[in-house]
Amino acid sequence: MREVAIIGVGMTPVTEHWSSGLRELAAESLHAALQDGAAGRPDALYVANAYGALSSSQAHLGALVADFSGLTGIEASTIESGDASGGAALRAGYLAVASGAADVVAVVGVEKSADAIGAAQTESRSVSLDADYEAIHGLTLTAQAALLMRRYMYEHGVEIGAFEGFSINAHANGKRNPRAMYRNAMRAGAFAKAPMVADPVNLFDSAPDADGAATVILAPLERALDMVARPIVIAGSAAATDTLALHDRPDPLFLSAVARSTQLALGQAQATPDDVRLFELHDAFTILTALSLEAAGFAERGKGWQWASDDIALNGRLPISTFGGLKSRGNPAGATGVYQAAEAVLQLRGEAGENQVSAATQGSQTALIQSVGGLGSSVFTHVLRGFESYQSGRR
Amino acid sequence: MSHSTKPVEMAKERFAFAGTGEIYSFTTVQAAPESFMAHAPYVVALVKLDEGRLITAQITDIDPDDPPQIGERVEMVTRKLTTEGERGMIVYGYKFRKVLPPHTV
Repeated sequence: MREVAIIGVGMTPVTEHWSSGLRELAAESLHAALQDGAAGRPDALYVANAYGALSSSQAHLGALVADFSGLTGIEASTIESGDASGGAALRAGYLAVASGAADVVAVVGVEKSADAIGAAQTESRSVSLDADYEAIHGLTLTAQAALLMRRYMYEHGVEIGAFEGFSINAHANGKRNPRAMYRNAMRAGAFAKAPMVADPVNLFDSAPDADGAATVILAPLERALDMVARPIVIAGSAAATDTLALHDRPDPLFLSAVARSTQLALGQAQATPDDVRLFELHDAFTILTALSLEAAGFAERGKGWQWASDDIALNGRLPISTFGGLKSRGNPAGATGVYQAAEAVLQLRGEAGENQVSAATQGSQTALIQSVGGLGSSVFTHVLRGFESYQSGRR
Repeated sequence: MSHSTKPVEMAKERFAFAGTGEIYSFTTVQAAPESFMAHAPYVVALVKLDEGRLITAQITDIDPDDPPQIGERVEMVTRKLTTEGERGMIVYGYKFRKVLPPHTV
């Protein structure tokens, strides 16, 4: 297997893009990333998308995006794994370059949520649940999160206000990010009073569905060094699954695919949780943040909520959601995993502007990014490292 | 990586259950998908069956503002779940309700 680097990134703002469709958004981010990576025509294109077939009546995005972007003829396909589609496409691209099957690969994530609104949007999101045993009972992604959150609060004796710090942190960081959807600061104490979506999950707890596209360009590390000044190394890449239906899990409060993919990715990178300088996790709901921190090895069982403090701020012990995360930057579903990769690259290059985590460019220069489908049914975890630190094996 | 050649078995097996259990967790859905809009708000729960497995189902025959609590006993009933298509074909299935008190004569 060859070593793989990210040489270019591109992102559109995350918002409701009423005047752009899937193809326009994808092409905009793709061209920005090719320019950023000083790259020409890629060998292959992987397009991550979760809900286009329902929201926009458009599947077959590999050919569509290749054609519209001026790449007609190249290998291209759509990658779908629910809200983890972005991480899945990144892994597909990584494997293609690592194997030697392709040299330069474009990984595009794109989602147009706003083509369907309200109940229709909720309906389209429910296809990533178990249709016969969950969605048929009116269960939604948000309701799944609510079931876990209520049980968590019951078992660990935690009040709803304990989760507030996760949303406050996301909005504090998103406020500085010009690409973020909701750039408003969140007032302490407002969280517990927000309108319910599916109790105990409220409006200030759940990430907004949004439109957006992000692209990363991958190349073999050896070649990347000749192409760009600061290649970012994919030091670890791993995936794992858990049961699709929540009710089939022996222990619903333990996200086993988060645990497994994190261990595998960190293992490949020869890193430990202590080496991680920032963690872009899947904060679609605050309970997912708490459970991910526990399963990934940053907190003991039942104590993930204790990170909801200054410890996760840009200058904290473990910065998370550094550009606002899903909560404030917005959740463009299938594109979200690619946004995480692009944002982590900016952090490790030292190009994150007002969102810069100063520790990201020092020491181990290690970022952990995690793309989650459903409530942990599909999990793709990657370890990214700055080249200097990767080469010297620094911790 | 090492590979085990142990045969792989199907994970799921069918089993009959008595239809009784207790609430493991529950939520009241306010923002419903299109096909459940007419029923909102409604309560969905994870029910821990007496046989030990969890099952997803709506809790019926209650005031959504007064849902059963974690640990409360529930029993299965057959109800309309939703309708499908323009002709409104009814989909029947299982829901759960609070266990009714025994009849007094």
